[in-house]
Amino acid sequence: MLPSLNVVLDSLPFLLQGTLNTAAIVLGAMLLGLALGVVMAVGLVYGSRPVRWLLELYVWFFRGVPVIVLLFLFYYGLFTWLGLHISAVLSMALILGLTTGAYQANIFRGAILSLPRGQFRAASALGMSDLQAIRAIVLPQILRLSIPAWSNEYSIILKDSALAFVIGAPEIMARTQFVASRTYQHLPLYLTAGLLYYLLTWLGVAGLRRLERTMRIPGYTHQDMP
Amino acid sequence: MTAATTPILRVENLTKCYGATCILKGASLTLGKGEIKVLIGPSGGGKSTLLQCLNCLVQPDSGEIWLDGVRIDLQSKPDLYRLRQQVGMIFQDFNLFDHLSALDNITIALRKVKKAGRREAEERARIELDQVGLGDKGHLYPAQLSGGQKQRVAIARALAMDPKVLLLDEPTSALDPELIGEVIAVIRNLAAQGMTMIMATHQISLIATLADEILFMAGGDIVEQGSPARLLAPGNTSKSQGFCDRLNEISDGG
Repeated sequence: MLPSLNVVLDSLPFLLQGTLNTAAIVLGAMLLGLALGVVMAVGLVYGSRPVRWLLELYVWFFRGVPVIVLLFLFYYGLFTWLGLHISAVLSMALILGLTTGAYQANIFRGAILSLPRGQFRAASALGMSDLQAIRAIVLPQILRLSIPAWSNEYSIILKDSALAFVIGAPEIMARTQFVASRTYQHLPLYLTAGLLYYLLTWLGVAGLRRLERTMRIPGYTHQDMP
Repeated sequence: MTAATTPILRVENLTKCYGATCILKGASLTLGKGEIKVLIGPSGGGKSTLLQCLNCLVQPDSGEIWLDGVRIDLQSKPDLYRLRQQVGMIFQDFNLFDHLSALDNITIALRKVKKAGRREAEERARIELDQVGLGDKGHLYPAQLSGGQKQRVAIARALAMDPKVLLLDEPTSALDPELIGEVIAVIRNLAAQGMTMIMATHQISLIATLADEILFMAGGDIVEQGSPARLLAPGNTSKSQGFCDRLNEISDGG
């Protein structure tokens, strides 16, 4: 048992660096997805017919194709064809960001539709432009409502990020596999990898839960109930 | 035309149809400064649609609107934003912004629309909250307020924009009976201060005592209009009289 423990300890700095890369991929992807998702959700609800149609097409594409296909399609296909030289980590963040953007658009769209219509009407009645009403009244409310679903999406994207090892991004999975193939200590190493993913999941989910609590609107949730 | 004779709000022939169903069949009205008109009539008669067409929350299919002598281009969004800024609206179900405190419900439009500074907006909001008797409730959120308090915040929110006209769409209909009084008191107070208003209501006490003119709406038309003294005179056989009698029966029976 001792040699396996030594392998894990020896490779830990190497794996932790991989963990940082994984974290960078996931953070980048989630933030890109947030920006895309908010804009697309607004377009999906309030946009003109052609806008809505284009956005539906986008969502349909990214929801319908497996991440690994997208990865090959973009990294080996599109980026090479365009002559773009983007690092594997950045590529993965980009591709995952585009994907989660489609899912997040649906999360935010649902939240917008669940908001009582009177909120927008009241903003309009005060003379706010559509954009002002969306920014000042709609978004602050739907982003709060979306935190639990967003936390779910985070844990999914985190685990999808392990696919980055197929394009050689030096993240947790790729680095674990690299060490394991040289030391043959598969069991302890992949257990460690699993633990590192679990740690990132826990950090993100706990952080988002805390955010949800601080953003809670007084008197507006069930948590104050006896 | 001098300012004294220019009506604050004048609309001609507003129509609104949804498919083959016409909710509004050419309503016209002229509202002078300080005047109070009360819309009554059966549900589905077009009262609410007329009110919402007056500030174009519902876009009329046709018709014309003049605010303070200036014609509003109903196809121009900036024109509509300007119109709504000057015409306050009170909704049946309050529509307070749930994520903002009572104070910020009032400051938000001052800051976003009128571009007021935070301190300036808060000062104004406090004045309006005092006005509706909620000076000590500014920090509370909508979910922490009673229905009557919510409606009073909504009124304060509209007043802070210095509207030329206030539209009230059944302001007391969603309230428990014991909370109606506090909202009515605020509305009476506004009337006493000379606020120009158009109000749809079933509240018999408001109809008889506040209205300069009653507009009876049914089937998308204003079918009867006149002063309460005339329409509600004893022995009169007007539709308004009959309608108010029925409202009286209901409130006596309850």
